[in-house]
Amino acid sequence: MLDFKELTMSNMFQPPVGGTVYGTLLNHREALSALGDQVNAAPYKAPPKAPILYIKPRNTWAQSGDAVVVPSDTQELQMGATLGLVIGRTACKVTAANALDHVAGFVVMNDISVPHDSFYRPSMRFKCRDGSCPMGAYVPRDAVANPDALAVTVAIDGVVVQHTDTGGRVRSVAQLLADVTEFMTLHPGDVLSIGVAAHAPLARSGQRVTITIEGVGQLDNVLVAEELV
Amino acid sequence: MKRAKVAYGGAIHDAFEHPAGVQLADGRVLSEDTVVWLPPFEVGTIIALGLNYADHVKELSKELTVTAKDEPLAFLKGRSSLIGHRAQTRRPEGVAFMHYECELAVVIGSTAKNVKRENAMQHVAGYTVANDYAIRDYLENYYRPNLRVKNRDGGTVLGPWLVDAADVPDPHALALRTWVNGVVTQQGNTSDLITDIPALIEYLSSFMTLNAGDVILTGTPDGVVNVNVGDEVVTEIDGIGRLVNTIVADATFGR
Repeated sequence: MLDFKELTMSNMFQPPVGGTVYGTLLNHREALSALGDQVNAAPYKAPPKAPILYIKPRNTWAQSGDAVVVPSDTQELQMGATLGLVIGRTACKVTAANALDHVAGFVVMNDISVPHDSFYRPSMRFKCRDGSCPMGAYVPRDAVANPDALAVTVAIDGVVVQHTDTGGRVRSVAQLLADVTEFMTLHPGDVLSIGVAAHAPLARSGQRVTITIEGVGQLDNVLVAEELV
Repeated sequence: MKRAKVAYGGAIHDAFEHPAGVQLADGRVLSEDTVVWLPPFEVGTIIALGLNYADHVKELSKELTVTAKDEPLAFLKGRSSLIGHRAQTRRPEGVAFMHYECELAVVIGSTAKNVKRENAMQHVAGYTVANDYAIRDYLENYYRPNLRVKNRDGGTVLGPWLVDAADVPDPHALALRTWVNGVVTQQGNTSDLITDIPALIEYLSSFMTLNAGDVILTGTPDGVVNVNVGDEVVTEIDGIGRLVNTIVADATFGR
């Protein structure tokens, strides 16, 4: 028998996030250009054409304040600070012009990865560890004037180690929603990230990671070694 | 027991196998074609396996850059791609290679974390049939198989039934096959899984917690062929179910 009683709050996320959480790969121009000519060589053979997405499954969902476990098979985790678009209205084949009408709000997201070099067919082990997608500090859409121009900082133990912004993307927020919903429908509660910026910092057990997105808020998590949990 | 979820008479119902078709929990007996079939359980995380039958690895070897693999090739699909039995899947105008994949779907019944092979099967609630569509025209070499290939609306067909694990004495001895317009195009047996069900649960639960309602699509054997608008695609697994899907054109979806 299916026992849904086991699906307690530890696996559920507070509304409005409640569907599927999608990450977007190499949408930051600098992250893409960092690959240089590699994009034309094997195994990639060509630069990305359509948006490349991946899923952060529900076991990865966490909130600000939750401890992030550093798995015993890695010393450091990559902190993927990004903006999450929380869908509020079913979005199928939207245009860039009306894309934002389908967004309920924005959330600060830490798309945490076990560091890995290849984007070809990475193991789920790198992206799907328990608690590796803290999300928090939700604001409604109308609180943000321009989601493509928000300052993003990552601080480790209070020291800013990355300063970037939500611009410089291959696809802006509106264009990303248009191009993604051309091939798949996004539903209320789904989250789509605009992608992680180049040079995502690494952090290790014992460190506190604070991500701040201007006008959205702050996400704060401490890393803890698996052995100590 | 074989259980389904169907829409009928303005509501969603739990339903059960009946000689005349289905019986709703409220007692009504209905024929198979009078209800709308939904995926047969509340679906959580959808994990799919690539290249988990030796013959299918050989079939796709021309486009593989690796032949031997160190760990199972697992990827995720979103719930928005789900549809049930007797539904329609869109084939976009102009694509050259859209194919079905008949797969045994393993439904998790209880939380599984760091589960060893010998205890893995106690976390299985049951089984259903999956048809895991792909449109290879959209394949790009980043995060393969990229979601534009695999996560399209209507691209994950599940059903008709969730069959209790207790009613499937050996899930590694099930013949599976696909029929396109009544002709068998794909045949295999779950005895040929490269990574079997307990090994998949051990592997996945070693780095992520599996929860009740999560489902593992265990991969497909040799024999994937292109399907066209109007085709009836039936994916069937002995003892589990016969899952019907129809390929439709853009026009059906107002495109």
